[in-house]
Amino acid sequence: MKRSVIVDVTARLILPSALLFALHLLLSGHDRPGGGFVGGLVAGATIALIFVAGGMEDVRSVVPVRPWTILGGGLAVAASVATVPILLGNPVMDNWKFYVDLPLLGEAKISSALVFDIGVAAVVIGTIFMVFEAFGDEEPPEYRGEVRQGPGSGQHPEVGS
Amino acid sequence: MTPWIALPAVLPLLAAAASVLVGRSRAAQRIIGLGTLTALLGLAVRLLIETDRNDVMTTQAGGWVAPLGITFVADRLSAIMLLVAIGMFLAVLVYAIGQGDEESRHVGFHPVYLTLVAGVCMAFLTGDLFNLFVAFEVLLVSSYVLLTLGGRLAQVRAGTTYVVISLLASITFLMSLGLLYRATGTVNLADLPAAMEALDPALRRVFLLLFLGVFGIKAAIFPLFFWLPDSYPNAPTAITAVFAGLLTKVGVYAMIRIQTTIGPDDTVVGTVLLVVAALTMVIGVFGAISQQEIKRILSFHAVSQIGYMVFGLGLLTVAGLAAAILYIAQYIVVKTTLFLTGGLVERASGTGHLDRVDGMLRTRPLLGMLFLLPALSLAGVPPLSGFVGKFALVDAGVDSRSWVLVGVSLAVSIMTLLSMNKIWAGAFMGEPTANAEATRPLPTAMVVATGVLVAVSIGIALGAGPIYAYAERAAETLLPLAGSSAP
Amino acid sequence: MTTVFAALAGALFATGTYLVLQRELTRMLIGLALLSHGANVVLLVAAGDPGRPAFLDGRDEPSAFLDPLPQAFALTAIVITFGVTCFLLALAYRSWVLTQDDTVQDDPEDVRVREEPDADIERSGADQPTIEAQDR
Repeated sequence: MKRSVIVDVTARLILPSALLFALHLLLSGHDRPGGGFVGGLVAGATIALIFVAGGMEDVRSVVPVRPWTILGGGLAVAASVATVPILLGNPVMDNWKFYVDLPLLGEAKISSALVFDIGVAAVVIGTIFMVFEAFGDEEPPEYRGEVRQGPGSGQHPEVGS
Repeated sequence: MTPWIALPAVLPLLAAAASVLVGRSRAAQRIIGLGTLTALLGLAVRLLIETDRNDVMTTQAGGWVAPLGITFVADRLSAIMLLVAIGMFLAVLVYAIGQGDEESRHVGFHPVYLTLVAGVCMAFLTGDLFNLFVAFEVLLVSSYVLLTLGGRLAQVRAGTTYVVISLLASITFLMSLGLLYRATGTVNLADLPAAMEALDPALRRVFLLLFLGVFGIKAAIFPLFFWLPDSYPNAPTAITAVFAGLLTKVGVYAMIRIQTTIGPDDTVVGTVLLVVAALTMVIGVFGAISQQEIKRILSFHAVSQIGYMVFGLGLLTVAGLAAAILYIAQYIVVKTTLFLTGGLVERASGTGHLDRVDGMLRTRPLLGMLFLLPALSLAGVPPLSGFVGKFALVDAGVDSRSWVLVGVSLAVSIMTLLSMNKIWAGAFMGEPTANAEATRPLPTAMVVATGVLVAVSIGIALGAGPIYAYAERAAETLLPLAGSSAP
Repeated sequence: MTTVFAALAGALFATGTYLVLQRELTRMLIGLALLSHGANVVLLVAAGDPGRPAFLDGRDEPSAFLDPLPQAFALTAIVITFGVTCFLLALAYRSWVLTQDDTVQDDPEDVRVREEPDADIERSGADQPTIEAQDR
């Protein structure tokens, strides 16, 4: 893929602030607009930005883990937040919260819903990453013009949802 | 408040996540899948017993009060559906592991299968319509993936039809929900009857028909069935068995819920349902007779049989509803078994096309029995489980004096027998073809899973008395008014 | 306000329906996205006028608040649409890889019936009208 200097530099400039914004949306989502899904989408959009700027190799080098690990981990976290309260005898997805005093920032509310949101964000990021992983490579040689049969397709899950 | 009744909806999701994380090891994925489903089976049995004792059990997600939060409700109907569904999921998973095709080739099979389980369980346990929408989406998205697993051209084509139709249904569902919320201020199934009282009766009927139409697409009733015989046969065998055996019945379950919630005494809609039921039975069985391929014949039967369940619902009596519930429960088992046997025939002979396979009875007598029992049961031959279901339905129909429907259902069951005979004569009778593949060994797990389901369907026939009594109590909870006014 | 929303929903449904009826997968995909946006707009209208909030802590004036529940519905629906759109994209891509073409293929069984309309007549003995070929 031919790289464009303008896109490359812009991506570098936007990337940190976009990620910071995603983090802000994720953390403030409990009481204000935002949340895991939106935060995950913004973070996923940065993956798209890296992809546009540098192709799949850049994405893989920036994000060190595989997409299905992010997705599975996120789903595990979110599902645990739903399941654990039941095992403790409380309603499903019961949440609890506590307040902490952070230096400089003052009092902050921490809720178990935040953990759920982090899980959701990971699922969204994993899904977007997976779409690029499955379809991002320019020329998928083993796909071209033939009906694929036989083993080895585990490397390329068909779907990202 | 009984928090544990939400467990069947969230536990499979947790298992799906674990299954993704251990994706490299197929053995670990299998242990997780089988273990989770076995645990769920235990939960479902407990639910069956406890709902019979308590009538209705509820829990609120996050402790939010009823109309605001996500409500989980379990009554006898959900419990019996849940038990049958999970038992079937477990048997099909064993079959799929034995078969090995898609299951061992794709890292995604187990996680998506478990997500499908979660969606189905959630649909049966939810207490509000919006959550039902979410449950439908969870199970539909999983089914999209399972249908196209493998990515062959035929699957992509079938998948497109299926996804587009399902999406259109979902969008209509969503819109109806919005309108309903605007009109009544609630989507909670427990609050709806009272909230609907304030509405104009005509408007009430519009809502009822909107929702019945949406669920009718998923249940594949006439005239909304056309997508089913096109798409289902293209999925891997085990998946087709789950889809045809169970997914359309989730649609019927939703139809039962909505009809008993917002229109338990709307006899006009009841009559519409009866007409639709008759047409579904007849068109479905005609389609089956004209097909030449085992999976396609069975897919058209899946349409035809939906008519019987809608028949029971359309009567709007406790007896009719009880018969419909009994029919669904036995039918899920029978239909799944038939598809699994169809898969075994394909596996053994290399094709499911009736022109190209012959004399299986000579080479594989056991397979013949595995096909014959559920096939006769589907047609309603005594003393098998299908007969018990049809007998209850016809009995309820006679009680309500729906002579036309009784006649149609009896005629259709003869035609069902005819088309089953077509598979029997085509695939099992005659001289064995000199096909080298005809001697391919069948994996034990596949045969055992099919055999267990056949045994279960015989068990349903033997235990028909208590099961019908349970279904009747379930119907009485759903239709308290009709139950008390009946002579 | 509601009139604007109603017109918007109508426009979305109209264009969406037109696109879904096309044979190209990518157009159908955009059409489905538009249709689901239309449904979401309907959900927003369902919130109605301010003054019917689902819950308040007593400090605020109820008339200043919209009912938040339909918005939660719409958000959930958006999340679901996102996932399904990803999947449809994957499907369209797969279809393109296999056929170098993004039109939806005909059902082989339907094609068979269309090409040999006598097959059914022979079997049933009835005189059936031929199924007209669809224009490509």
